[in-house]
Amino acid sequence: MKYSGWNILKQALTGKKEWAPVWHKPEPKSHYETIVIGGGGHGLATAYYLTTEYGMKNIAVLEKSHLGSGNVGRNTTIIRSNYLLPGNEPFYELSMKLWENLEQTLNYNAMVSQRGVVNLFHSDAQRDSFVRRGNAMCIAGADAVLLDERGIRNLCPFLDYENSRFPIKGGLLQPRGGTVRHDAVAWGYARGSDSLGVDIIENCEVTGFIIKEGRCVGVETARGNISANKIAVCVAGSSGRLMGKAGIRLPIESHVLQAFVSEGLKPILPNVITFGAGHFYISQSDKGGLVFGGDIDGYNTYAQRGNLPIVEDVCAAGVAIMPMIGRSRLLRMWGGLVDMSMDGSPFIDKTRIEGLYFNGGWCYGGFKATPASGFCYAHLLAKDEPHPVAAEFRLDRFKRGHMIDEKGAGAQPNLH
Amino acid sequence: MIINHPLLGPRDASEFIYLGDASLIDRPDWNSENAAQQFYEYLYLRDNPAGTIRELWFHEYGDRSWLVVTRNTLTHEIVNVELARDIDREEKHSR
Amino acid sequence: MKQKNRTSGGLIERNKPLVFHFNNLRYEGFLGDTVASALIANNQRLVARSFKYHRPRGIFSAGPEEPNALVQLRLGAHLEPNTRATVTELFDGLIAKSQNHLGSLEFDFLEINNLLSPLLSAGFYYKTFMWPKSFWEKIYEPIIRASAGLGCLSNEPDPDIYDKGFLHCDVLVIGGGPAGLAAALIAGRSGVRTILADEDFLIGGRLNAETFTINGMKGSDWAVQTAAELEHLPNVRLLTRTTVYGAFDHGVYGAVERCTDHLASSNGRPRQVLWRIYSKRTIVSTGATERPIAFSNNDRPGIMLAGSVRTYLNRWAVTPGKRVAIFTNNDDGWRTANDLRGKDINVIAVIDTRDKPPPFKYSDTKVFMGSHILDVIGHKGVTALKLPHGKSIEADCIAVAGGWNPNVHLTCHHRGRPTWCKDISAFIPGEELPTGMTVAGAANGTLALSAALKQGSDAGSTAARDTGHNVVAQEVLNAEDEPSEISPFWHVEENKKRAWIDMQNDVTVQDIEMAYMEGFRSVEHVKRYTTLSMATDQGKTANTVAVAVLAELTGKTIPQTGVTIYRPPYTPVSISALAGRQRGNQFRPTQLCPSHTWATEQNAVFVEAGLWKRAQFFPKKEENHWRQSVNREVLQTRKSVGVCDVTTLGKFDVQGTDALKFLNYIYANDLTTLAVGKVRYGLMLREDGLIMDDGTIARLAKNHYITTSTTANAAQVLRHMEFCHQCLWPNLNVHIISVTEQWGQFAISGPNSRHLLQKIVDREIDISNHSFPYMACSEITICNGIPARLFRISFSGELGYEIAIPARYGDALIRRLMSAGEEFDIVPYGTEALSIMRIEKGHPAGAELNGQTTARDLGMQRLVAKNKDFIGNILSKRPELNRKDGLALVGFIPIDRRDKLSAGAHFFSLNKDIITNNDEGWMTSVAISPNLGHSIGLGLIKRGNDRIGETVKAANLLQKQYVKVEIVTPYFIDPEGERLRA
Repeated sequence: MKYSGWNILKQALTGKKEWAPVWHKPEPKSHYETIVIGGGGHGLATAYYLTTEYGMKNIAVLEKSHLGSGNVGRNTTIIRSNYLLPGNEPFYELSMKLWENLEQTLNYNAMVSQRGVVNLFHSDAQRDSFVRRGNAMCIAGADAVLLDERGIRNLCPFLDYENSRFPIKGGLLQPRGGTVRHDAVAWGYARGSDSLGVDIIENCEVTGFIIKEGRCVGVETARGNISANKIAVCVAGSSGRLMGKAGIRLPIESHVLQAFVSEGLKPILPNVITFGAGHFYISQSDKGGLVFGGDIDGYNTYAQRGNLPIVEDVCAAGVAIMPMIGRSRLLRMWGGLVDMSMDGSPFIDKTRIEGLYFNGGWCYGGFKATPASGFCYAHLLAKDEPHPVAAEFRLDRFKRGHMIDEKGAGAQPNLH
Repeated sequence: MIINHPLLGPRDASEFIYLGDASLIDRPDWNSENAAQQFYEYLYLRDNPAGTIRELWFHEYGDRSWLVVTRNTLTHEIVNVELARDIDREEKHSR
Repeated sequence: MKQKNRTSGGLIERNKPLVFHFNNLRYEGFLGDTVASALIANNQRLVARSFKYHRPRGIFSAGPEEPNALVQLRLGAHLEPNTRATVTELFDGLIAKSQNHLGSLEFDFLEINNLLSPLLSAGFYYKTFMWPKSFWEKIYEPIIRASAGLGCLSNEPDPDIYDKGFLHCDVLVIGGGPAGLAAALIAGRSGVRTILADEDFLIGGRLNAETFTINGMKGSDWAVQTAAELEHLPNVRLLTRTTVYGAFDHGVYGAVERCTDHLASSNGRPRQVLWRIYSKRTIVSTGATERPIAFSNNDRPGIMLAGSVRTYLNRWAVTPGKRVAIFTNNDDGWRTANDLRGKDINVIAVIDTRDKPPPFKYSDTKVFMGSHILDVIGHKGVTALKLPHGKSIEADCIAVAGGWNPNVHLTCHHRGRPTWCKDISAFIPGEELPTGMTVAGAANGTLALSAALKQGSDAGSTAARDTGHNVVAQEVLNAEDEPSEISPFWHVEENKKRAWIDMQNDVTVQDIEMAYMEGFRSVEHVKRYTTLSMATDQGKTANTVAVAVLAELTGKTIPQTGVTIYRPPYTPVSISALAGRQRGNQFRPTQLCPSHTWATEQNAVFVEAGLWKRAQFFPKKEENHWRQSVNREVLQTRKSVGVCDVTTLGKFDVQGTDALKFLNYIYANDLTTLAVGKVRYGLMLREDGLIMDDGTIARLAKNHYITTSTTANAAQVLRHMEFCHQCLWPNLNVHIISVTEQWGQFAISGPNSRHLLQKIVDREIDISNHSFPYMACSEITICNGIPARLFRISFSGELGYEIAIPARYGDALIRRLMSAGEEFDIVPYGTEALSIMRIEKGHPAGAELNGQTTARDLGMQRLVAKNKDFIGNILSKRPELNRKDGLALVGFIPIDRRDKLSAGAHFFSLNKDIITNNDEGWMTSVAISPNLGHSIGLGLIKRGNDRIGETVKAANLLQKQYVKVEIVTPYFIDPEGERLRA
């Protein structure tokens, strides 16, 4: 049934409850044209765009747990396309454009809310590097506004301008940046894919790859072997673990990124605010919770939970920049496994094994990339060549020396 | 987390800075024939194990020792801590 | 009538009456009350509104699990939203207000949402608000946001202070109920370093809420006696008002102690202390939380957990009703009937879902076995309830007993899952506990008192033994084993009106049915789709009921259905407490230069450089623009002499017989020809071949070097040097130590710098150009014997020196230099002048050494040694780093000299469109050169070295500036370097 206010009203008035399942629970078939491994945002978007944009059929998405159980439901919901490097910015801007039409595309309200994303700067040197970034954004067709201190005061009068350790000198605002209801992205893509015939198979962990004569022809799963012409891995924090089963070592480490939400509060925070000097970013959800986060814990882990030093440091940064939030309470903290790459940028590429494709290395920035990641991965799978805006996301780039290192931190994943 | 420093006893992990897999100790020979490939693999590729990992931690807010910590990435259990400089190496590094 | 619901007895101090205000009405209570118990005493039933439907709500529980009774506490900057009335201690003058209503608490306009509830079922917002597209952000979302949320923030900085502390113990006991007290007693008596933490202000847990006896003593008295003994043991620390909120790795627990929340004012003391507790063994004795049964309109004020009714009655001597009905599926509910009857409260009926003979026979209480409540009458409070077959009973309070859930939270913080225990129909701690943890008492599913005491004692004994102590003999603790037989009953199915599961977030049985229908069938999906358990109470009373309802729908068992993940914190923790003292300008440490005091006296303007504060410029009274000051500093330095504090540079003392060999590994330059008494520029690469940092290497003696790094990279460079030594070349005889803070350093620049220095250095020191040429260094003495190190290096491009002295002499030296320099009109200069001069000279700094550039990009490839092993050598040869069309650092000047350049502008060929594909580079640094009289810039542009003389566009779209610039060499001043060598 189409989702609309009218249909909600009709259901309510007639007292009927006829909403269909958002997605079905099919049994896996023995063969598919394409298997996408990973029922998170990226995997589901890939399946969706494979169908809608590239007319592919006979597709399955295999998810080891329940749909959307990974980072798509654990992030701080921020979307933005404020990247610096030419290998990145056009890709994220495509993503932003896809976000902007997501509700109409999917007939599902994922609450894309373009509230604006502000990155604060605290020195002339930081301003200069934000000018470089802002220009890179504008050149790529995105939007950016440079604000001086007065501009920031107007936008966010509640920041600490008087007593802060790092004085606020201004900020780079992307008005089109904002937040999205994260779970709804997975559900919306699932509903869209499901309605177009994609088999979404939950609780179906891939335990191995079937490789014959150098070609990947299928997967071993908890629910039996499934063959396919193309196998598309899209498993974020589990990338290393899974690709290891195909004998492929990756330029990726798995880390934990913690995120935090406060108790519900009446609206106080209009934008997304990023405080680089303290590794802190915050927004307020439609429900009223302050959603915030900071740095990754910094050590390799698959444990999906973090430790206290980061928790305390993130809260300190929050109170330092916004002293008024101190008397609210932290309600929940959680950790997501992030696939930190060696230059902080992702991969959407073929592998050396024919028929096996890889999408990963999204670091802590995968959520905002969801639509474009699916779009470009679908392009690669359908045409066997990279989408122009994702052409630099190659696995061999370190061998060639073509890093996409936004921060200039070098080959150390926990610094990106 | 608590790291049991071989010289200083148990220390909070927040005193340390993390680098990564201890394979970074085994720097390839710059003169070898395929040095470019070896250095690429050395610097960029990771086993990224879900389980036991040997990894490098630097006691930045302490005695500046580099430690090799053997830790489980699923449970965070630490089973061994050594000084990096005590680790046996191949002969090439002493040249 | 005042406190008309107050009864006799209780653990309150009746001789200490307190006055408080709720919604501007004056009430009275006693010391020992909570806000909730005092409101009940005063018969205030309506205390809050629910999150979504704005339904009237009353107090539902007597502890931290409270979903309904959230208030805004205190006023002004002390305002504290979402405060649970059930755990807030009453103090004299307390002010609380209800929250989340439009209009008054009594007449909330947003209660219209309740009428619209058929439209607002679970997930309704995903299906609508999509048309027209622009309306979502302009209209729909603002309305949703305004009506959502709970309490308000004050918009003012938190005026209280917070502390942090670290505690170490052998055994941490979490929860001071019967099991915890028994455990702590054994551990404490055995000499174990023990910490007992309890979230309540009164130790004893359920002993304070029930009518139990231990060894013939009233349970609450036994708790007092035991706590007193523990407090007198020197090896035991008793922490009340302390919530252990999370279990972290390796026996680390997070706890928050509320030090002054029970007082009218903090009076300068820390409001809360955040403890990080390091324990070898942990005993979790956190008790259990009662759960309700869902039935139609079961959220009305007056409906309360049965155990909580007992707590109010026994501990606080208040009764939530005068005509109480009890709805239970287990024996424990009957205790409520007995306790109420014991205090002569009218128990009008007991409705037990179990079809069996009643465990008690009452003459004046109706008992309905095998029955249930169909519906509730009353809007802002219960007035009656409906039973099957048209029966109706008048009541003002319904005590609901659905069974007890062990508080397993901390046992699951390492993502372990609880297991289902059929005997008590609840989840108990699973197999996978955090290392070192055991569980005892009700938290372990051991609900009966005597068994809980025994389990606590055993856990204490084991922990004592495990930590190497001789264990004292266990004391026999005699108590009853009260019956707790339960027959699972989760919700009343007959009536299809809404039955609440998650009170705060307004999640009903019907919402879960709807989620199921729409395919949200895993417990995580149901949670996320319906928002179940995502309120401030984290579903403490809701979770198990929800899982049971879902299990019915899916046809699975409850353990198959499972639970969502338990995450810290156990109860919400104030963000200020987590931040501690790291606030305001204390957020990060501040490092001050040796000349800071002097510079402050000169009215210097300071700028952040990492954690350092550096003088940015030194304005004179008559100067009203920073550029005037900076230009003066630059011109005067280039004309005569200037001095600048450069202490912030990283400085490293490197010594040992292999020091040279070591430095040759870590720098890209060939250092083998560096003679004693000489300095060389050093380029340090990362292993990936890009530039990590630059600095100087001074060879003071055969095996003694001083190297420097940039300010920003000092810590990273030291870490890297230690890595190279300890991990890569451990057999080299070399020692490295940072002397950044130990040595103050000043740059003295300008044609008169030698004349000035001559007045400072001791007589026998020869610093003539011949004896001490460009790039010389030496250990010398100045000012009659003060040790110093002199380096003839220059960042400004002028004849220049850097002089280092032990940091304690830094203040004296700047003063001496300034007085000695008077005859030359010496000028102090700050980072702005420094920056202008280095741009004029074409030296790369932070904007060029940004971690994205190679030696080749910066025109320094000739410095890079060809034939040696060094960090970065191999990977710097990768093809993409050596492209013919790669970036090169060059200078830029505006074609129209009046144009101002801006850093961050991107370069485009004149005839090319401004699109990403045509982007050729960017301006890294700019300055208005006072020597040249126009704007100059450094920048990286493709093939820059081949394009000297070409005109390109510098596009700054952000600030709408498009400037035509000429590509020039980056050396704007003295390109041959004659001044340096003068």
